[in-house]
Amino acid sequence: MTESKINMVAPPEGVTGEGFFATKLNDVVGMARANSLWPLPFATSCCGIEFMATMASHYDLARFGSERVSFSPRQADMLMVMGTISKKMAPILRQVYEQMAEPRWVIAVGACASSGGIFDTYSVLQGIDKVIPVDVYVPGCPPRPEQTVDGVMQLQELVRNESVRRRSSPEYIELLASYNL
Amino acid sequence: MALETLQIQEKITQKFGSNALNFETQKGVFSFEVDSNSMHEVIQFLKEDQDLNFHFLTDLCGIHFPDNDENHQFAVVYHLHNWIENVRIKIKTYLTGNPEIDTITDLFLCSNWMERETWDFYGINFKGHPQLKRILNMDEMISHPMRKEFPLEDSGRTDKDDRFFGRTTINS
Repeated sequence: MTESKINMVAPPEGVTGEGFFATKLNDVVGMARANSLWPLPFATSCCGIEFMATMASHYDLARFGSERVSFSPRQADMLMVMGTISKKMAPILRQVYEQMAEPRWVIAVGACASSGGIFDTYSVLQGIDKVIPVDVYVPGCPPRPEQTVDGVMQLQELVRNESVRRRSSPEYIELLASYNL
Repeated sequence: MALETLQIQEKITQKFGSNALNFETQKGVFSFEVDSNSMHEVIQFLKEDQDLNFHFLTDLCGIHFPDNDENHQFAVVYHLHNWIENVRIKIKTYLTGNPEIDTITDLFLCSNWMERETWDFYGINFKGHPQLKRILNMDEMISHPMRKEFPLEDSGRTDKDDRFFGRTTINS
């Protein structure tokens, strides 16, 4: 064993002394959450195929603490909607979102999930933000794994800086109420 | 002994007379028109006759002709297949603006979902169908989207700028 190639997340800002380290709870919680986002892949079409590559060894989403893909909404933090959502499927997507425990985040991956994409038609939901709140939009049709990884990193940045009180704030409750959640 | 199209035509004409007309071969498939009221009988005859033996329903679908006269607004097309002789036929029937036709679910169980789909997209009422409700579209939908009077595009789209779709003359 010579040099270790393992990258560690840098500790948050704080005061270090002999035998102690003082920092804000907010920063510690944010750091922990951002580096252990469990994704719930809601893959319906080609963006889902790209996600398989993102998850596999070459692009390796596990590097960002997303090793464990959760197929139960109850143990997931990050809902990744990848692909066309038809209007018939919209209530199911909503139900999945409702089953997730707080704090929860949503990434809309690809043009279809973000805006309906090329499917400007009576049967397709014109963006998942019509039924659930979205934190990060990833453009592309389908986006390359690098773009999906970038979307996850953008979300990590959001999570890292999110106040621990945000989920009980009136603004957040109002946001959910605007979606009838 | 192969099943010849003339033989099919003769048998059908003998049995149904003027209710079956316009016999022709379209793109290699023998086709004819049937009066909508005798459609059920014709298909039953084609299925149960020992020589004809069209025992497989390949497909069933609707068509909308908004420019036709009142009695030819809709059409339902049936594709049948005789696997033993490997012969296919196509039967078409025209319906009025308030389209109704007898179900054939008693003859072919597979027509259950096909008729539901046709009802879903064209609003063609299959009389006697055991469960005529939407199959592919969401239940809340009130239109029959493949009818030409309903717009194909979603009106709820907010990022759509008419200028990029060639819908405005002034490109300002």
